[in-house]
This record gives sequence, C-alpha cells and structure tokens, in this order.
Amino acid sequence: MTELMPAEGVFSLIWVLIALPLAGAAILLFGGRRTNSWGPYLGVLTVAASGVIGVLMLLGMMQNSPEQRTYGQTLFTWVFSGSFQADMAFQLDQLSIIFVLLITIVGTLIHVYSLGYMAHDDNRRKFFGELNLFVAAMLLLVLANNYLLLYVGWEGVGLASYLLISFWQHKPSAAAAGKKAFIINRVGDVGLSLAIMLMFVTFGSVGFQDVFGVADQASEGTLTAIGLLLLLAACGKSAQFPLQSWLLDAMEGPTPVSALIHAATMVTAGVYLIVRSNVIFTAAEWAAVAVIVVGLITMWMGAIIGSAKDDIKKSLAGSTMSQIGYMITAAGLGPIGYVFAIFHLLTHGVFKAGLFLGAGSVMHGMNDNVNMRRYGALRGVMVITAGTFIICYLAIIGIPPFDGFFSKDDIIHASFERSPIIGILAMLAAGLTGFYMTRMVAMTFFGKARWEDDAHPHESPKVMTIPLIILAIGATFLGMALVYWGNIESWLEPVTGVETVELALPSWVYELTTLVLVLIGAAIAWVSYARRDVPVEAPHGSWLTRAAREELYGNQVNDALVVQPTYYTSRLLVWFDNKGVDGFVNGSAAFVGGLSGRLRRYQTGFARSYALSMVGGAVLVVLALVLVRMS
Amino acid sequence: MTTFPWLTTLGVVPLVGSVVVALLPRGRGLLAKQVALFFAVLTLGLTVAMALQFQGDSSEPFQFVESHPWIPTFGISYSVGVDGIGLVLVALATTLVPIVILAGWNDVDEDGGRGTVKGYFALILVLETLMIGVFAATDVFLFYVFFEAMLIPVYFMIGRYGGVQRSYAAVKFLLYSLLGGLFMLASLIGLYVVSAQLTGTGTFDFLTLTGLEIDPGTQKLLFLGFFFAFAVKAPLWPFHTWLPDAAAEAKPGTAVLLIGVLDKVGTFGMIRYCLPIFPAASEFYAPVVIGMALIGIFYGAFVALSQSDMKRLFAYSSMSHFGFIALGIFVFTSQGQSGSVVYMVAHGLSTAALFLTAGFLMARHGGSSAIADYAGVNKPAPVLAGFFMIAALSSLALPGLISFIGEFLVLLGAFERYLWVGALATVGIVITAAYVLRLYQRTMTGPVKPELEGMHDLRGREITALVPIAALTIVLGIFPAPLLNVINPAVDRVMTSVGATDPTPTVGLGTTVEGTDK
Repeated sequence: MTELMPAEGVFSLIWVLIALPLAGAAILLFGGRRTNSWGPYLGVLTVAASGVIGVLMLLGMMQNSPEQRTYGQTLFTWVFSGSFQADMAFQLDQLSIIFVLLITIVGTLIHVYSLGYMAHDDNRRKFFGELNLFVAAMLLLVLANNYLLLYVGWEGVGLASYLLISFWQHKPSAAAAGKKAFIINRVGDVGLSLAIMLMFVTFGSVGFQDVFGVADQASEGTLTAIGLLLLLAACGKSAQFPLQSWLLDAMEGPTPVSALIHAATMVTAGVYLIVRSNVIFTAAEWAAVAVIVVGLITMWMGAIIGSAKDDIKKSLAGSTMSQIGYMITAAGLGPIGYVFAIFHLLTHGVFKAGLFLGAGSVMHGMNDNVNMRRYGALRGVMVITAGTFIICYLAIIGIPPFDGFFSKDDIIHASFERSPIIGILAMLAAGLTGFYMTRMVAMTFFGKARWEDDAHPHESPKVMTIPLIILAIGATFLGMALVYWGNIESWLEPVTGVETVELALPSWVYELTTLVLVLIGAAIAWVSYARRDVPVEAPHGSWLTRAAREELYGNQVNDALVVQPTYYTSRLLVWFDNKGVDGFVNGSAAFVGGLSGRLRRYQTGFARSYALSMVGGAVLVVLALVLVRMS
Repeated sequence: MTTFPWLTTLGVVPLVGSVVVALLPRGRGLLAKQVALFFAVLTLGLTVAMALQFQGDSSEPFQFVESHPWIPTFGISYSVGVDGIGLVLVALATTLVPIVILAGWNDVDEDGGRGTVKGYFALILVLETLMIGVFAATDVFLFYVFFEAMLIPVYFMIGRYGGVQRSYAAVKFLLYSLLGGLFMLASLIGLYVVSAQLTGTGTFDFLTLTGLEIDPGTQKLLFLGFFFAFAVKAPLWPFHTWLPDAAAEAKPGTAVLLIGVLDKVGTFGMIRYCLPIFPAASEFYAPVVIGMALIGIFYGAFVALSQSDMKRLFAYSSMSHFGFIALGIFVFTSQGQSGSVVYMVAHGLSTAALFLTAGFLMARHGGSSAIADYAGVNKPAPVLAGFFMIAALSSLALPGLISFIGEFLVLLGAFERYLWVGALATVGIVITAAYVLRLYQRTMTGPVKPELEGMHDLRGREITALVPIAALTIVLGIFPAPLLNVINPAVDRVMTSVGATDPTPTVGLGTTVEGTDK
C-alpha cells in the first residue's frame, strides 16, 4: 500500500482543481442571460486557473522522491451506511497529475478556440458552462480516491457529453445523438456499478488504497469478474467494441466538443479506469486478455471506418476509436503496457485535439461543410490550419520525431513482447492509419479544389489558429520530451509497475518495419486521392467500403438485438397492462365507471361490484364511528 | 429532551390553517391562498426547528414522544413520536406542501364551478395534518386512522378538482385503498387479539407489539393484511392500476402530494410495521416481495417507455421506483434499507420536480399532457427546459444527486444479499435513462411547434417553487450526511428487530474496518 502524503501547500488545493471549473459551470448555467457578456471568458479562466495549479503541483511533486508522490485529501464522509463508506476524498499521484495536465491544458486551448468558433452562437454562454462541466467532471473522475466518487465524475462526463453533443437541440439528429451517447454509456455504467458492488462485497471497501492493498487475497474468479465489469464500463466511455456506436453520431456536437471528447476527456476515461485498476487486471489474466481482444477489434474497426468515411469529422472519429484501441490493447498487456497506454493517451490527446480543431477550422471556412469530397487544395488558402494539421498528421501516423512515433512504437514493441500475433495486428493497423490519415490530408489540402459554389474558404481568426499552433508544437516535441528529457516510464512506475521482456529481434527492426508499412499505406492513399481526381459523388465502392461507410453495421446490430426488442416488450406490456392487469379488476373498474354515469349498464349481476361496495361501505362506517368517538 | 409537544403542534397548525381558510368568505380566493401558504410555511419552519433538536445518536427509539390515553378499553392511545425515518418523511411532507401551494397558485379558479378555491387549499392543509400524523403515530390504531382518513381529502382533491375523468379516477383510487385498508383493519384486530393473548391486556402500542413473540403461523396471516394495504398504497405490481388514472386526472400539485408523499406511507409502513412486528413473516414472504419488486422495476420502466401521456409516464416511472424502494427494504441489509429511505425522500423530490415542471408546461398549452403536443420547448422556454432536465436527471438517478445515493445503496444492499437480484435490478438503470431522456427529447428538443413559439418561460412564482426542490436534490446528493445521520440509526434498529445482519466481506478488511482515506 502506498503511503499517502498529507495534502499541504499547493496540494491542499486538490479540491480547487475541480471546484474552479465546477463553479464556472454553475455560474454560467444557473446565472442565465446576465452572464452572457463575460461568461465565456470566465469559462476560459476557470480551466486555465486549474491548469496553472496543476503545473505547480507537478513541480511540487518532482521535488519529492518517487515513493512520496501520492497525496490524499479528505473533505468529508460522503455516503455511509452500515459498514459501507465512501468519502468525498481525492488522491493525486503520478497517474492523475498526467490527466490533470492533459485535461486542463488541452482543455484551456479548446476553450480559447471556442471563443472564436462559437462567436456567433446565441447560446455561447451555455456552451462554455457545459464545457466547464465537462472539465470538472473529468477532473473529479481522475482525482477521486474511491470508485464511488469516480462514478460521479464518470457519469458527470456522460452528462456533459450528452448536453454538448445535443447542443444544437433544434436539430433532431443532434438531440438523438446525445441521447444515444448517454444511454449506451449507461450500459457501461451497469458494469461500473456492479464492479463497485462486487468490490464492496469482496473487500468491504471501494477505496483505491483498500482494494488494491488486499486484491491479491481474492479468488481469481472474483477478480476476473471485477475486471470484466470494469472493461464493460471502459467500453462504454471509451467507445470500444461492442459499445462503440455512439461515437460517430457524437459528431453532431460543435467541433470543439469533439476535440474535448476525443482528446482530453471522455474517451480517455476508460483507459484511465483500466490503468488505475492495474492491480486487478494484473491479477486477473483472462480479464486482461479480454481487454486486449476488445482493444484489437476496436483498433481495426475504427481504422476501417476511418478509411471509408467522407465526412472529415467522422473519419477522425474512426481514427479515435482506433487509437483508443491501441491504448486499450496496451493496457491489457499488463505492466509491459500500462505506461505506454498512458504515453499514447497523452500524445494522442495533443495531436488529436490539433486534428479536430484543425478540422473545425476547415469547416469554419467552408460553410460548415464536412464532406471531404467538397474540399481539396485548401493548403493555399488556410496556411496555418494546413500546416498545423499536417504536423499533427505526421504525429498520428508515427513519423519520427513527432510525438505519436514514440508512443505508438512503444505499444507495438510491448505487443510483440506479449505475442507476435498482437504485435503484427498492431503493426498492420499502423499501416492502415497511414492510409486513412493520408487520404484525409490529401482530400482536404491537396489535389484540385472541389468547393461548392458558395464556398469562400478563408483562414480562421487568431483566437482559433493560436491554439492550433500550440498544439502542433506540442505534437512535435512532446514525444521526444517524455522519452529523452523526462522519462515517463520511471515517472509512472510507482503506480503501474514496469516490466520489459527481451524481444527476438533488435528493436530497430520493428521500428523500421512499422515505418515502411505506414509509408506504404500513405503512398497508396496519396496516389489514389492526391494524384488522381477525387469524384464529388462517392463511388459505389467494394463491399468492405460500403460496410465501413455503414460503420460496420454496428447500429443495425444494436437496433435488431436491443432497441427493437425493447420496444416490442414495452408495447406488449402496455397492452397487457390495459387488458390484463386492469382487466383483472374489471369488476371494480366497471363499478367505478358506473359511478361516473355508466352505472345503469352494469347494474345487474356483478357480484364483485356489490362485494366491493359493501367493503367500501363497511370501512366508511368504521371510519365514521372512529371519527365520532374522537370528537 | 424537550417536553414541548412538537409533533402535535406540527399537526395542529395546518389543521387550524385549513379551518381558517375554509371559513373565509367565498370569492376571496387570493386571500385563501395567502393564508394557506402562511400556515404551510409556518409548519415548515416548525419542522426545521424540531429537526434541529433531533438527536441522531439517541438511544431512544422515538423522540418528541407524546402519549395520551384515547380509548383505554382497547388499549388505544394517542401516541406520537418519530425516529429518523419518520422525521425525514415528515420533513418531506412539510417541505412539499408550501411548494405545492405556491406552484398550484393558479390551478384552481372560482369559475370552474366544481369546487371553490379555498376548498382546494383547505384540503391540502388537512392532508398535511394527516400526513404528519401518519408518519408520527406510534400507536398502530392511530396510524390506521390517519392512514384511512388521508383518503378523504385526496378523494375530493381528485374527484372535485381533477380532469375530465376525475370521478372515475377518484373512485378507483378510493376503492383500491379502502379494500387494502379493510384487510389491514382485519389484521389490526387480529393483532390486538394476539397481543391480548400474549400479554394479558390488548394493546396497539407499537413498541409493545414489536416486543411480542408472535407465533410464526399467525404472523404470516397478519402480515398479509398489512402488506396488502401497503402494497396497494405504494403501489407495487400488480396493485398499481389505480395510480396512472389518479395521476393523470389529478392536478399536478395533488399528484405531487399523492405520489410524492402519500404513496410513501406504503413503503414506510413496510419498514416501520411489517418488518419489526412480523419479523418471521417478513423473512418468509421476502422472496415474494422481492419478486414483485423486481417485476415492478422492469414492468413500470417498460410501460413508461411507450407512454404517450406525460402524467401516466410519471406514474409508471414511480411504480418502477417503488419497486426499488420495496426491494431495498426486503433484502434486510443496512445499505438496502437506508437506501430505501433515502430513495423515498429522493423520489418525493424528483416526483415533485417532474409533475410541477410538467404542470407549468401544460398550463401554457391548454392543459394537454399528451407528449405529442410538445416539441422544441427548449427554445421559447429555456428555463423551463432546464428545470425539466434537472427533474429528469434526478429521476434517472444521476450520480451526484440525492436519488443516486438512494438507488445505489438499494442496489448494493440487494447485491450483497442476493447477487443476481442486485445485478438484475441494476440493469433497470438503462431503461430508466431511456424513457426519461426520450421524454425530454420529444418534448424539449427538435424544431419548435408553431403554436408553442410564443410560449412564456417560467415566471418568478414558478421558479420560486422549483428552486428549493432542485437545490435539495443537488445539495443532498453532494452532502447527504444530514439524512444518513438520522436514517442509519433507525435502520439499525429495524435490522436488530428482524434479527438481520449484513453479510461480511469475503476477504480482507472485515466489517469493522472501512474508510477510503487510510
């Protein structure tokens, strides 16, 4: 069990990290129109302030020895009954500080960008309030010191995403997408709820320190069950198979929301949950294998979907699924992978925010058109957007020295350490990444202009491009920084443990092979989408392309297996309730109906009615007697 | 311990208020409302003053106890007192009454022809007296009297001030309740006879009755009478069919008091009377009750999913929630029972939020409660939509709100006793989310219906009524200690009286060591 450091000095502000954006959310959402003029700026400030505190905390942590970097802060006892207790208490350690910084710094950039992106929206203030809520919930999620409090952040993230995805509520598709995200996430929540209950039944506590301290005493069956339930939860939040289908619909939200969901918050929560619970997964081998399988399936599904979508945001969403698949796979590998899951999460957070905000910047200049078949040759008119986008693109496909190269390579390495099959699958998916991302860049910024007649593409204002530049700088240097300057492996080791296995071949072989595969994928895409003309209407395509456009039929499967049966059951029960249960008391119903004027029709021969009326009469008599006696 | 007769005072104040309101001249509707509100707020103030003196860690089972002989021949006395469970339910009732009065300010007008304005508000105050009485009674006969007497004001509130089918709904409600009450009366008499056999002198005193060692066979019989009355009141599946009609025909305020508070008497009765007086029978019937509760959770939720009428949707949703509450009571764990009591409070608040917000909405559109008559309300009335969202989230038990704490503890309590029951019930949270969000989606989002374009957003009075509910829902969700501190000791006593103990963890920390901050 790790010894907790008292929350003193800057660490006494752990709760403030959450309270600031939460207060921002409360003021903006409850304050109403009065806060319209200054509200958005307050929203930016609260997140930025949390970011500053986060940086100070990181510096403070680095002063201490690695064993003394876990800080605990208890505010009050929150839920208690019998032997159950969950506190309003926080834990800040090497893992959570990484998330705090990612959430607040990338979050701040997204907030700033939104000042420009949402400048003309009437409900701008509400938007910033909900963004703040999102950040606050995510911070609570990563700072809670027990699973029940984590659940509050977990569901808070779900709520914020629901509100933001359906932000443009007048659009039925947006409202439907938000609801879908929430309900599918609820399926995952069932997993989290049950995992929490099973932990309490097994360990008598839901606190991280308690549970991890005695986890090895539980039977493997129990640990496997807890692990699988946590995986179900992670699948919901991180859009992993089979709960992936909400993510592409979530593109209905304003683009900064997509950046927030995909980079800094929400989808990373599942990875956090698994890595945080590493003690359980390390002890439950089969649960960890399930994690790998889910990760690999989603890695491929996402890449295939991303390769076929013509909608720039949906293609990026497919890429998120795929990249999170990498992280989940790494998290399933055990101590050889945990660190790299987080490393990739961090680099992905930066370059994916850059890509989404870049896509938003493109849309901003293209009348909100998302169809890449209507883009082309935009590099000339949107220099900054194109430049930063291409840097982030090089990062995601893993070209050295950009940050994705380091983190993805580490995951592929770790995969080979575990099994050649996992390694080869992860490596090939990297080639596919090269394909779909090059396709996107080629269709958007290169080739011929295929703009619609009323499109007048232009570069976005500085308030939007400066965040892009900062993110591009991050995507360029973050990977090198975390490998050569600050070693993320040794930083996280106290939390996750680190293990390395000797590989059959020297490591440069894997690196080079991956790079070659990526370049092949990129070359194919370049030839097909930059050198050749891209038709404005999508060609019919192969069966795989068509399936990928349909998101591999995830929605159809859900509909057939879950949604339709639910509604059939519902309608059947409504019928039954009217005819069956209510019909059973037909006698009284008929009698009752009679009193409202229909009595005559039923007056003959309903013994039950008469019995009932006698019963009623008897009771009234008793009542009258009692009342008389009372006076 | 103070000797001031807190509970009697609490009960008398609204009664006096109702007499004053009733004596006002006809046509002075506004004055009647103001007087009614004054008395309701006064009662709430007294409740707060009383609650502040409640000793959470007291060793006495009941506090603010008063006892006076009433019908000594039959061992009946006017005895009142509250434990933590009674206290929070009394507080729920006295909190909701002023809110309902304020919210229903314009619900009744003098020209309606059916009933007078003052009549409606006088009935609300009478009902408040009876609700306080029913939660405070410590004499089972006194409880029964309040239990039955409550029907009368509600009957008139629905039958006289309700919608088109009001008569049908009111009589259906009355008959169901009377039938339940009759069974309870029979059991009550039986209980008296048994107590006479066992102690020599018959009694209705609750504490004496819980100390009796009643023969298990007799318990099983007597339990049924009480349970049936409570299961109709709560209502549990399959005794629920009166509820949708009553909810649909009642004024929003009436529905809030009916479903939010009155129906709690059913679940309150189960934990207060069925368990401690009939422990063996409770254990014997637990599987049946749990079965009914589970069916109710899913049945209510599934039926709610396809409702085309808002009020009926809320009614079926409540039925589903009552399933959770009953489940928590009958799994015999501290978490389950504490959770149930918290759930009762939370459900009272969420029901109030839902019915009142929907009521404000309906009042703006000819009183229609058909879901299909609304769309895109968020645009003309964002504040209304905002409160509707909070109500919806409270209903689906969003973590961070008080309803989550109730629901989670219930599920945890069920899970630790019967793993698969708890696991199955947990799946219910998905369907709850589905029907609640579907309702929000259909009414509040999408393109605005043309006839709703010019709709006014909520006004000051309406916001004033909703803010306390929303605030309590959020604040108690973050800091539920004020509730848990008083509920937990009462639940411990119930657990002791049925001889139940919580299962112990399989490994590790044991039952006495817990905490998350070590």
